[in-house]
Amino acid sequence: MRVGVVTFPGSLDDVDARRAVRLAGHEPVALWHREHDLAGVDAVVLPGGFSYGDYLRAGAISRFSPVMTEVVEAAGRGLPVLGICNGFQVLCESHLLPGALIRNDHRRFICRDQRLRIENTRTPWTSSFEQGAEITVVLKNGEGQYVADRDTLDRVEGEGLVVARYLEKNPNGSLRDIAGISNERGNVVGLMPHPEHAVEEGFGPGTDGLGFFTWALERVAS
Amino acid sequence: MARVVVDVMLKPEILDPQGKAVQGALPRLGFEGISDVRQGKRFELEVDGELDEQRLAEVRTIAETLLSNPVIEDFEVHVAEPAR
Repeated sequence: MRVGVVTFPGSLDDVDARRAVRLAGHEPVALWHREHDLAGVDAVVLPGGFSYGDYLRAGAISRFSPVMTEVVEAAGRGLPVLGICNGFQVLCESHLLPGALIRNDHRRFICRDQRLRIENTRTPWTSSFEQGAEITVVLKNGEGQYVADRDTLDRVEGEGLVVARYLEKNPNGSLRDIAGISNERGNVVGLMPHPEHAVEEGFGPGTDGLGFFTWALERVAS
Repeated sequence: MARVVVDVMLKPEILDPQGKAVQGALPRLGFEGISDVRQGKRFELEVDGELDEQRLAEVRTIAETLLSNPVIEDFEVHVAEPAR
């Protein structure tokens, strides 16, 4: 499977994301923000970082880059898209996912190993996890507080769209401990923590993150 | 030429950590009695040509699509210098 990883000006984790794709047994494809071209990939990862310096709002300017026109269009056709951290912010700014991400409630940047519970395994990105699996991956963000109005939160919970929830400690004030969500169709997933930093023993907190990249091939075909 | 100002504020129900930080600094500087601070953004747009209803509607579209995120923010548009 070929998995595209978009590089925006200010992306930081695009190389790690490509490495995670490779370690999971797939072919990473570098995509550039100025291209109107997804190179025929089977899935797209929007990586973490500070695209456009987080100017205006995190993800707000990237959302209008040429490649995002293609990502939004392809996501509408069912292409699997995973946004990690800044990528999650871009997906919310693109209105591919409900809600928004604002500054951490405690106002400090946070970097820690974070326990998560996987609550929705119907998305391609979480299909290799057991329902309720508890994992540890890296979390690092300054603007990771997930917010949405009460009706949206109730709808997201009611439809089972919460993909992952923070365990033990809510690191950024996210409402209802939400660490990741999907769209209704399940092909678009946003995640604030970084599974791509937990894919190889000796580099980060274990290999729990690998599951986000090893997902079953047949899910793509469907 | 006209200057159009767009003010963007977080919706009242959204926590504003930056505003809280500013408010927290005030007593340390000896300023008392400020019970809340909320921080927003002000954009000044220099609009070429005549500022008619159509151009103003365009500015509102700009404010809605790029300058603010309607999920968490409200905006107001006002003309700072009337069209000549």
